[in-house]
Amino acid sequence: MSREKINAFFARIPRNFVILLMIVIWVVPTFGLMITSLRPVQSINRSGWWTILNAPTGSREYAQNCASCHGEDGKLIAAADLTDPALIKQFDRSILLLASLNKEYNGQPHMGTQVVPGAQMAADIVVHLKNVSGVEKRPRVTFNNYVDALVGYRGTRTYVDDCNAGTPPLDINCNLSDLLNPRGMGRAFVNSLLVTIPATILPILFAALAGYAFAWLDFKGRMLLFAILVGLQVVPLQMTMVPISRVYAQLGLNGTFLGVWLFHTGFGMPYAIYLMRNFLGTLPRDLFESAYLDGASHWTAFYRLAIPLALPAIASLGIFQFLWVWNDLLVALVFLGSTTPVMTYQIANMVSSLGAGWHLLTAAAFLSMLLPMVVFFGLQRYFVRGMLAGAVKG
Amino acid sequence: MAARPVPRIMQQGKLAPFYYLAPALIIMFFFIVYPMFNTVQLSFLNNNGTASASATCVDGRPCWGVFENYRYALTAEFNSGSVKAFWNSFWLSSYGNTIKWIIFMVAGTVILGLLFAKLVDGIKNEALAKSILFMPMAISFVGAGVIWKFMYSYGTQQVQTGLLNAIISAIGGRPISFMTQPVLNTYALVVVGIWIWTGFCMTILSSSLKSVPDEIIEAARVDGATEWNVFWKIIMPIIMPTVIVVVTTMVINVLKQFDIVYVMTGGNYNTDVIANRMYTEMYINFNTGRGTAVAIILVIAIIPFIYLNIRRFIAQEEMR
Repeated sequence: MSREKINAFFARIPRNFVILLMIVIWVVPTFGLMITSLRPVQSINRSGWWTILNAPTGSREYAQNCASCHGEDGKLIAAADLTDPALIKQFDRSILLLASLNKEYNGQPHMGTQVVPGAQMAADIVVHLKNVSGVEKRPRVTFNNYVDALVGYRGTRTYVDDCNAGTPPLDINCNLSDLLNPRGMGRAFVNSLLVTIPATILPILFAALAGYAFAWLDFKGRMLLFAILVGLQVVPLQMTMVPISRVYAQLGLNGTFLGVWLFHTGFGMPYAIYLMRNFLGTLPRDLFESAYLDGASHWTAFYRLAIPLALPAIASLGIFQFLWVWNDLLVALVFLGSTTPVMTYQIANMVSSLGAGWHLLTAAAFLSMLLPMVVFFGLQRYFVRGMLAGAVKG
Repeated sequence: MAARPVPRIMQQGKLAPFYYLAPALIIMFFFIVYPMFNTVQLSFLNNNGTASASATCVDGRPCWGVFENYRYALTAEFNSGSVKAFWNSFWLSSYGNTIKWIIFMVAGTVILGLLFAKLVDGIKNEALAKSILFMPMAISFVGAGVIWKFMYSYGTQQVQTGLLNAIISAIGGRPISFMTQPVLNTYALVVVGIWIWTGFCMTILSSSLKSVPDEIIEAARVDGATEWNVFWKIIMPIIMPTVIVVVTTMVINVLKQFDIVYVMTGGNYNTDVIANRMYTEMYINFNTGRGTAVAIILVIAIIPFIYLNIRRFIAQEEMR
């Protein structure tokens, strides 16, 4: 193929099509997760999330088999009003419905000359009847999954149903204290916040101090120390975990917030200092010189001059560290574990112990994404800026 | 190294800088420097660090003395029966998988990132398109793992609730168990990694693309260069340093990749990678010797990039 032909080929690729395709691939998985988390559990296991707008289960089967006598709305035969919950409760299994369909009513077969539906069809009709009569509502969209995930409900129905019926599982109290159930995402959310906030503030504080020293104070070995720091940025977590968990075991710091704060602080340090020093280093030199000439001490120059000017860098760093700690699994797994579960730990645990409990898993995953999404879309500018300033972390 | 001199008037006492540095240096010493040396030491000791690793050797079995943990870490996954068996076991071991991750994930993220950055450059909704691609960076690997586990989910005979298997069924294929089929499953996990990290590469490469001066490109076009030539002969050489930075950063990120594998397969069905194996040895099997030996192997793989990082930093400093 000649070069012209290759060129012509590439010119023909519709660029908008590629862009659109990539955007679809990037949006659809998350979108599917969100839709699924809003569907009732029975629907999730019966059909894919893309069928959410289809006709409800059983309505087609009902129209085909029953509507000619009972009417579209089920009220046509007054003696057998299908919207009456008391009546439907007698036929709440497909086998019971089938028995009734095979019986004779007033000396006539129930179904007349029509064929009696099969088991699967009968089951679908039962779902439909329970839905229209209100025995078991199956709405298109529900928040029950979120409620169940937040309180850590693991029963076979929903938290709301069980509490209304007065038969909650042992670890559920049916009041606000359920939000702190150790199995729930509510508690995990609080734990995640308790881990993340100090683990974001501490490194920024220390890095601002050290970054200032590297940028504007003179000392022996400044460049060598900083070069070592640059190298330390890429040391993997795995390299330092074992000795620290051994030391923590002796100090009793395993499973404590303090242990995780310190670990994240230590590990976030090289990158944070790197970013702060590079930003502070770009501030105009005259500024510091005149401050010193006016008799300012290095401390005054630091907190009256450097810190206010470094706010954009502090913002980038804050977002970075926040997302890093919030989304971290490994450190939480090793140093916190099940004693103080954070959101990522809780979800990872649900994946392995629940298998296909998609209604809880999707809701839990979405809950864990809420805060990072808000931070990300609200402060994207600073995030991108911080990333461009120093691309390596972790 | 060209340290920028600090003006004399700003030198205020010899100790002052260390007040500022002390908190950071102390915490880094305890959490990074000391553990690094301790990890090296532990990797030559037995499962709880009480005796030399050579004590764990079993008579009649191969033994590397104090390097016994390394022998285990390097050879335990391999079948040395024949060349073919060795190759098969290697390719499905944590080492083979890590190599697959590096090759396909780095290539995937950088190529897709560059492609997208170039395609959306200058379109009307560029910022929106870019933030959509970038969004997975904000959510956790755990969250992304759940999202994709659901995409890959392998349903029942009647119904496929996972989108990919639903599509395969709809076009008449047999549903695939993406997570349990060796060879295929690691690539399925790599796709998740690509989905997460492409936005990162795209953002950095995009800002680099924008720094290419318009005049050069215009001049080339006026001289009759095709778009293809403009891209490969003018744009690429200019952004090459950034591409290299992105590639090295991605290699480091891939080597440390733990969460996706842990959440989606737990390293089962031949999807293990080095980073996950270290966790398994240390916190599932409780063997500090073997766990740290795996960690050291991971670090040895990363050392060239530490070197590159420092060299790039020094070059940057000299340009300032």
